[in-house]
Amino acid sequence: MALLTVQDIGKSFGGRPVLEGVSFSLDEGGILCLLGPSGCGKTTLLRIIAGLERPDTGKVVFAGQDMAAVPPHLRAFGMMFQEYALFPHRDVSGNIAFGLRMQNLPGELVARRTREMIEMVGLSGYEHRNVGELSGGERQRVALARTLAPRPRLLLLDEPLGSLDRALRERLMLELKSILKTVSVTSVFVTHDQAEAFAVADSIALLMEGHVEQIDSPERIYRHPASATAARFIGLRNLIDGRIAPSGGIETEFGLIRTPVLPGDASGTVTILIQPDAARPCAPGDDEKAGGPVIQGTVVNMLFRGRGYTLEVRTIHGTNLLFDLAGPLPDLAVGGGVRLLVDPAGISVLGSGPSVY
Amino acid sequence: MDRGLDRRGPEVAIKTPYSIILAALPLLFLGAFFFYPLASILLQGLMQDGHWDLSGPARLFSHRAYAGVIWFTTWQAALSTVLTLIIALPAAYVFARYRFAGRNLLLSLTAIPFVLPSVVVASAFQALLGSRGLVNAWLMDSFSLTRAPIALDHTIWFILMAHVFYNFTVIVRIVGSSWARLQPEISQAARMLGATPLRCFREVTLPLIMPSVLAASMLVFIFCFSSFGVILLLGGPRFSTIEVEIYRQAVHLFNLPMASALSLLQILLTLAFMGTYTALQRRTTVTLYPESRAVTERRVSTPRDMLIVGATCLFVLMLLGSPLAALLARSFQGPGGLTLDYYRNLSVNIGQSLFFIPPLKAMGYSLGFALSTLVMALAVGLPAAFTLSRASGPLGAVLDPILMLPLACSAVTLGFGFIIALDEPPLNLRTSVWLIPLAHTLVAYPFVVRSVLPSLKGIPNALKEAASMLGASPAMVFLKVVAPIVSRAVVVGAIFAFTISIGEFGATVFIARPDTPTMPLAIYRFLGQPGDLNYGQAMAMSSILMLVTAAGFLLLDRVRLDRGGGY
Repeated sequence: MALLTVQDIGKSFGGRPVLEGVSFSLDEGGILCLLGPSGCGKTTLLRIIAGLERPDTGKVVFAGQDMAAVPPHLRAFGMMFQEYALFPHRDVSGNIAFGLRMQNLPGELVARRTREMIEMVGLSGYEHRNVGELSGGERQRVALARTLAPRPRLLLLDEPLGSLDRALRERLMLELKSILKTVSVTSVFVTHDQAEAFAVADSIALLMEGHVEQIDSPERIYRHPASATAARFIGLRNLIDGRIAPSGGIETEFGLIRTPVLPGDASGTVTILIQPDAARPCAPGDDEKAGGPVIQGTVVNMLFRGRGYTLEVRTIHGTNLLFDLAGPLPDLAVGGGVRLLVDPAGISVLGSGPSVY
Repeated sequence: MDRGLDRRGPEVAIKTPYSIILAALPLLFLGAFFFYPLASILLQGLMQDGHWDLSGPARLFSHRAYAGVIWFTTWQAALSTVLTLIIALPAAYVFARYRFAGRNLLLSLTAIPFVLPSVVVASAFQALLGSRGLVNAWLMDSFSLTRAPIALDHTIWFILMAHVFYNFTVIVRIVGSSWARLQPEISQAARMLGATPLRCFREVTLPLIMPSVLAASMLVFIFCFSSFGVILLLGGPRFSTIEVEIYRQAVHLFNLPMASALSLLQILLTLAFMGTYTALQRRTTVTLYPESRAVTERRVSTPRDMLIVGATCLFVLMLLGSPLAALLARSFQGPGGLTLDYYRNLSVNIGQSLFFIPPLKAMGYSLGFALSTLVMALAVGLPAAFTLSRASGPLGAVLDPILMLPLACSAVTLGFGFIIALDEPPLNLRTSVWLIPLAHTLVAYPFVVRSVLPSLKGIPNALKEAASMLGASPAMVFLKVVAPIVSRAVVVGAIFAFTISIGEFGATVFIARPDTPTMPLAIYRFLGQPGDLNYGQAMAMSSILMLVTAAGFLLLDRVRLDRGGGY
């Protein structure tokens, strides 16, 4: 049975709806990521789960209990805030010990657990530092240790890596995932960064304009986004219109694409997605035998990315597409022609509604 | 580095003859009208017949009566501070945390008592709760009593109430703004870690707002410690603070050495308290993260919120509004019902003695003095502000405290210094009509500096440099860039100077000549006289003074708000 169930949550601020009919559930030990652009209501949803905000409709059920009447301090959930919200008047160990002290545990136990947590996040020697003197990454560790110290039943993280610079984020992302898996705490994680969500989450709820667009595993969200909006949000740009052909398959500007996955849309119009890594330059004479569609066009832009190139191609039909190609590409130049062979496995048809998880 | 470039400008500027004249003007003024009188007090207090004599200061502590004055000054200030804290802290919370219609207006209104002249506040409390006040009159009327049932005149309660009334806004503003800057996430984090609301307040919120509570309390304590008008008018002869005692020793008993010794003590203590305040205030700014206001305020949504906010607003309006409303009402309340007599008779000298002049004349003098003060405070304050804005490094570190020192001196001490220093050559101004505007300028010009300096400092050097690079001469840079930017701040400073002068009491009571009293002085005299007409006229004049000061303040708040930034 699911540990956390969020049922039909709705919330509006000053007449403006922020969340509408949001539902999902999360099993024990799982990491769910609420992913969405800023202003999509994901932080509000997290605060509703925490009990810091009251939903207008719907309910939060945890371990079979409706949480509506339980105030935040009795929920035994842990929450890591966006800017960490460390207590500026307490040092590192004072921050970490706070939640333990609130349970009125014996001092000895508090001290031992605090030490353990400091060790776990690698801040030994920092016990009596003022939190104002810490770097962003160190603050993040203190916040994590403070949140985990009282062994929360559910961990809520609001953009835990949001305010850090890119290089540090990469490193802490790995660390965070391994810590969450080590302590095996059920977590809900809010972020606007898809890379972060893909790296840390077991499952992702894509939240757009207050409703759930799609809930899926990170791989499925990336390979089979439920809608054009979802695809665009996770950075997939190659969207092409197509029509379901009577003979099966989909008719596009590149010819007939054979695909077994067809949505049940009566109108017959669909959007297909070509993954950016699904193309490679045609070798002479492999058009026919490869069987995939061939894209012909002009190179508009070519960005060197180290491992390869990002190629912007304007097709002969006037559509601009982006592809990541492995280098080197001695035959290509901006303004020159190009023929790309697309791997059929990298083509998918977008569903017209949210898929069922 | 940018820093080096920034510094080059001021250093060059301070050496030009023009800047030296600018710096010399306020320094000369201070030298003649502040440091010279201060030195006179020092000599008067510590020397007797040409040699050092410390018996005066020693008597302060050995003599029971003086020790009693010092003790009373301290405990009444401490008690006033504690009462103000208890009453104002809940309001500080509500203003910091809730957003509701009329919030800014109400917050603006709470500051009015703070800027009112002490004589007006004294009149207002008399009008509300005094033996001839509205509440007593109503009670006597309703229950057919022959004596006023509420006897607060000349009791400590009257003094304490007036001090709470005065300083309410200090706590609300200082503590409220630090409370508002406190990220709500910090206390929410505590709640999420299992803290009950009470424990969260005790262990998180309270320690975080404590520095600002201490700083605000210190400020209130300083104000109450140097309270003069309120004690003199509401306390009667039974109560004497150091300030009141200086006045009595100097004016009633002509014991100048004792008055000087008391003044020295007052100056030393005030400086020590101000030092403590500055240290406390510095601590309030370090621990808090900057946070935009909109995030920390919350809408009034639940019935509980409505009750809290509604009760607070009602309480604030009652506490601060009722004495002022009573004052207005009482000024129209004659023995036989509503009347305009008190206002109509303002042009008549009913006392018929040399010491009484028609109130209308006093109002004229006040207006004249206030306008002169406005001009002089700008003439001294603007050069001082320009000098301070350019002086950096050690020079600035010396100039700033020198130029702002008058702020740390009570008006009573300034007035006392004037009468003992400026009544004989080399500077004999005893009969000069300029004595009052000079004293008022000393009190008012630091406010001009405080208004203009941030605005001057806020002009980026790059802006002036850009103007020069575009071909503007230094004079054009000043006229076209600097002047338009600081003009609003200058207006604020000017209104400050005018409002301060028109209500000034502490210094004026020493130096005003009998035939040219100001409005506050006339009110003081009328309040001390028997008879209903005298009392009513005091109420009428206080009402006018209150309206003028309040209008000045609201105008000031307006001008400052319109800036949309800065301070």
